[in-house]
Amino acid sequence: MKLTKTLLATTALTVAAGTAVTAQDMANSMTIVSWGGAYQASQDKAYVQPYLAANPGVTATWDESSAEAVAKLRAMNEAGNITWDLVDVVASDSMRLCDEGLAMEIDHDEMLAAAPDGTSASDDFGDLIVSDCFIPQIVYSTTFGYRTDMVPAGTEPPSSVCDVFDLAKYPGKRSLQKRPIDNMEWALYCDGVAKDEIYDVLGTDEGVERALAKLGTIKDQVVWWSAGAETPQLLADGEVFIGSTFNGRLFSAIAEQGQPIAMLWDMQSFDLDGWIVPAGLPADRLARVMDFLKFGTDTQRLADQAAYISYGPARASSAPLVGKHAELGIDMAPHMPTDPANASNVHIYDYEWWADNRDDLDAKFQSWLAQ
Amino acid sequence: MSDSTHTGPMLAADGTPLKRSLRRALRAQKMRALALIAPLLIFVLLTFIAPIVDMLFRSVENQIVGNTLPMTVEELRDWDATEVPDEQVFRALFFDLFLAAEAKEHTKLGSRLNYEKSGISSLFRTSGRDMNDIGEVFQDALEEIDPAFEEASTWVEMMSGGARAEPNARLMSNQIARLEALEATTFSGDAEFLPGAAISDILPNTARAYAAFAAFTQFVDGKSVTKEEPWEAVYAALALDLEDPATKTAIASYAGPGADNLRQAAAATLPPIAMRDAFFESNKDWANVTFWETIKTYSPPYTTGYFLNAVDMEKTPQGIALRSEDERIYGILFQRTMFMSLMITFSCVALGYPVAWILANLPTRTANLLMILVLLPFWTSLLVRTSAWKVMLQQQGVINDVLVWLGLVADESRLVMINNQFGTIVAMTHILLPFMILPMYSVMQTIPPSYLRAAKSLGANNWTAFWRVYFPQSVPGIGAGSILVFILAIGYYITPEIVGGTTGTFISNRIAYHISSSLNWGLAAALGTILLAVVLILYWAYDKIVGIDNVKLG
Repeated sequence: MKLTKTLLATTALTVAAGTAVTAQDMANSMTIVSWGGAYQASQDKAYVQPYLAANPGVTATWDESSAEAVAKLRAMNEAGNITWDLVDVVASDSMRLCDEGLAMEIDHDEMLAAAPDGTSASDDFGDLIVSDCFIPQIVYSTTFGYRTDMVPAGTEPPSSVCDVFDLAKYPGKRSLQKRPIDNMEWALYCDGVAKDEIYDVLGTDEGVERALAKLGTIKDQVVWWSAGAETPQLLADGEVFIGSTFNGRLFSAIAEQGQPIAMLWDMQSFDLDGWIVPAGLPADRLARVMDFLKFGTDTQRLADQAAYISYGPARASSAPLVGKHAELGIDMAPHMPTDPANASNVHIYDYEWWADNRDDLDAKFQSWLAQ
Repeated sequence: MSDSTHTGPMLAADGTPLKRSLRRALRAQKMRALALIAPLLIFVLLTFIAPIVDMLFRSVENQIVGNTLPMTVEELRDWDATEVPDEQVFRALFFDLFLAAEAKEHTKLGSRLNYEKSGISSLFRTSGRDMNDIGEVFQDALEEIDPAFEEASTWVEMMSGGARAEPNARLMSNQIARLEALEATTFSGDAEFLPGAAISDILPNTARAYAAFAAFTQFVDGKSVTKEEPWEAVYAALALDLEDPATKTAIASYAGPGADNLRQAAAATLPPIAMRDAFFESNKDWANVTFWETIKTYSPPYTTGYFLNAVDMEKTPQGIALRSEDERIYGILFQRTMFMSLMITFSCVALGYPVAWILANLPTRTANLLMILVLLPFWTSLLVRTSAWKVMLQQQGVINDVLVWLGLVADESRLVMINNQFGTIVAMTHILLPFMILPMYSVMQTIPPSYLRAAKSLGANNWTAFWRVYFPQSVPGIGAGSILVFILAIGYYITPEIVGGTTGTFISNRIAYHISSSLNWGLAAALGTILLAVVLILYWAYDKIVGIDNVKLG
């Protein structure tokens, strides 16, 4: 079984890499896994629909399972039946899938389109290729939004992430994600730890206690969220004054729905999102996916996506092509997390460190929450 | 003589004994009945029972350590866990980890052990990458001595001992079995390569390493061993074999294929084998004895570790101990789940009983209309109903707005009714109410109204008539509803996740987290098993106290 699968995969690779692929060798349907909502819609409009229009007879089915992608791919692998063709995951999940052999290794230069000026794909993506299996699409960030009409009279609007911890200056509820990642780092940063020492401090028991103690100062005022849509909702209802979520969600609340919300970009936590191809796909399905990826991750397509959602395209060559919002006609560049004005003080979250410490810290964090 | 007709067996019309003929008829009937339910039975077995049993099995299963590091586990058996293991253990670890890294299984083991000890994940991930470099030293040295060692054909001939050599089939099948365990599959077909018996006596490590390489190349990579240069681990194994003076003597008198190459290698000086230092250089955490303790503690194929974890305990070198205060969580969550499920059940009884009573005592027309009101929310999506409660209960929500408007609550001190236990109990009571009302209603419908009238005509007042006559007859409905609601409540996780905040979450939220996020399926299985056991115990207690015969659904 395994042998045939590998054999098929290798043949498919050579076939896909060569130019002699004919449409007859490719499957006519793809199952693409993503997150649903506005993000999936942006992918659909920017590259899936254009691809389908250029390839009549091909169909694409969406599966909104990215949140459980690792668990489900592992289960599919155990059952020996991979039903997905292309999966959108965050960087840390792509590393885990690649490590476990559940995702296929990608030769970025061979399989993906070069930039228009001839820069190879791997140079164009640069450092964002965090694992051999990962094809980056966007840079997004977890950052804060606050209600402009709830800023106390006579006070400056919040400008630092530490204002989240300042109940005296900015009273009211806050919403934070129900997980230790990002929150612990922000807490230590606001407790006076230098940015480059955060993980060293967090690696000790005292550091964990210190972070939890800092979070403890606002614990009574925190609403903990687990879905990205919760913070925009809480802000729109006036339930919370300030809250963290993905920057694209806040953009849509501000620009598309006109809510009285403003962005706080200080110490935004950068993360990546991209494609992985499950390991062990049959030759015809793999050929179709690779054909799609070559088109769907090129410079223009990634830039097009930014017209629908405020996430930064992962290719350096796409940045100058970012234009206006497809419906509102506003300039998108200033709303990107990667815009220099927004990225003056960012937090780079350490995937390796969290891979090691996540289980332990999560137990402590959850125990702290439950008490 | 005429007695014999009486004492002999009774005969059926066709002359066979009646007993047998009856049994045959009954058996046929039973078989027919069984055939009728067979589709359902098979369906339930395959789609329900089997996955559950498989999942529960994961709560004790721990074969990954033994399958990934079989030789290391063997070497560690006599290790006394006081200081970092010796060179012997690290040599075994090198060969184990090399194969695991080739098969991409080492990070799975890393993640598994990281549940018990933070840091092991990166230990295996980073060192897995370095295995090639450690072995390459020996590859380079051997190829320097004799370029023939670069050739795949040299190796195949040397290790098979020539065309007519007696093969060591057992060694090969052991390595294939090991690879099958590692990859959790079965390979079909015969091995293309068999190591020679003579050469595997002289070079035991090399023969084993080469057999592992050959098995992997053929069955996993799907390539031919005759065309592939061996792994770096094979060269390291040869260097290891040549370290032994006895091997050098044996080689001197060996005449099989490759004997000359081997003699050349034996005569030269090879780099010293210091796997311990090489591992320390790869990652200094290998010198940390606590990591080794964890590997040893979790080396048996079955473990109680997940169950201990699920009750806030852990295995330490000193034995089983409670976890430190800041890591205990499951005890609190189990208690909370029980307490809140009971609260929800009582609220459902309190709210549902009058409704069921009215429904049962109204004329059918009106009762049917009201019944639709009970069922309507039942047909609405769970998520919609839960989110609706958010809109109702939040601080800027409908209820708070009304209270503020009425002047009952000041604007600054709006009530906190969501993201806590109260919110969860309210939302879940609403969602589970139909499961309480329906069985109560169908039981109450069967109670003749004349009993109440009879009680009253015999002098009972309203309360006594209800309490002594009506209520006891409605108890089976309460029982059925309570069991339904309680068991459903105990496993809920979407509603507590959305409206529970930090104090209103259930144990199922943690199970869901371990299934889909942390991927600690063993712990999730252990938590699920405990939850199942608790429900069964409560069911048993319920049967003892109330009696399950008293439960009626209609």
